[in-house]
Amino acid sequence: MAEFNVNVRESGKVKVLDLHGYLDAHTAPELEAAFTKLIDNNSYQVVVNFNSLNYISSAGLGVFMAYVETMRDNKGDIKFANMKEGVYNIFDLLGFPALYDFYPEEEEAVKKFDSSDNSEK
Amino acid sequence: MKKELSVNSTTENLKSIRDFIKYEALDAGFADEAANKIILAVDEACTNIIKHAYKYSIEGLINISVLNENNKFVVSIIDNGGHFNPNEVPEPDVKEYHKQRKPGGLGMFLMKKLMDEVIYNNLSDNRNQVVLVKNLPQ
Repeated sequence: MAEFNVNVRESGKVKVLDLHGYLDAHTAPELEAAFTKLIDNNSYQVVVNFNSLNYISSAGLGVFMAYVETMRDNKGDIKFANMKEGVYNIFDLLGFPALYDFYPEEEEAVKKFDSSDNSEK
Repeated sequence: MKKELSVNSTTENLKSIRDFIKYEALDAGFADEAANKIILAVDEACTNIIKHAYKYSIEGLINISVLNENNKFVVSIIDNGGHFNPNEVPEPDVKEYHKQRKPGGLGMFLMKKLMDEVIYNNLSDNRNQVVLVKNLPQ
């Protein structure tokens, strides 16, 4: 089995990234490639599902920091869902909860995008 | 007894480094949660060596040794990528960090948060040593 992989699917207008395995300095470029592709396709509303991610180092956290502003500048965001406690603790140590939205379930994160679209109208 | 692992400086080896540390940390008596902190701290230290000391050259060597003494789990990581002064790396202000999106410094910050002690030494022959210490559960 691959050490890490990322799968992209659609939930309405929102793109959902499923992360699997171990996200470190070796595998972070795969996640960067996925984000670059989303931006190329003008997809800025992104939910990352961490359900199958077992491990993250600062190289992985850096990827979200590198892309979040582009998403937000284009009326999108990167929202996090289904994170295991051990992985969440690392995000917490680096101050992410003050600046990013975390949801227990993917569905809620996706809904949040839908409701913010409606409120703009 | 001292256990050692020596690997080339490539991110491909981070997995074997983590496996080695996991085995030793659990063997020393740490619970999963504490073992995971040590694993991440060692990953961060080695990632910094691969990136900054060896600048992604695979020729470099990383020597890791683990010692269990006086109720302390001591991980020593040595590279010979040229001397490095940890005081020149500013500690990130986490809020500012997110605004500036400047990479770097996060690994060292995490290491400090995750371990009980982090010590940097300049050794002879252009070698650097990072010592990561975690106190064993009493």
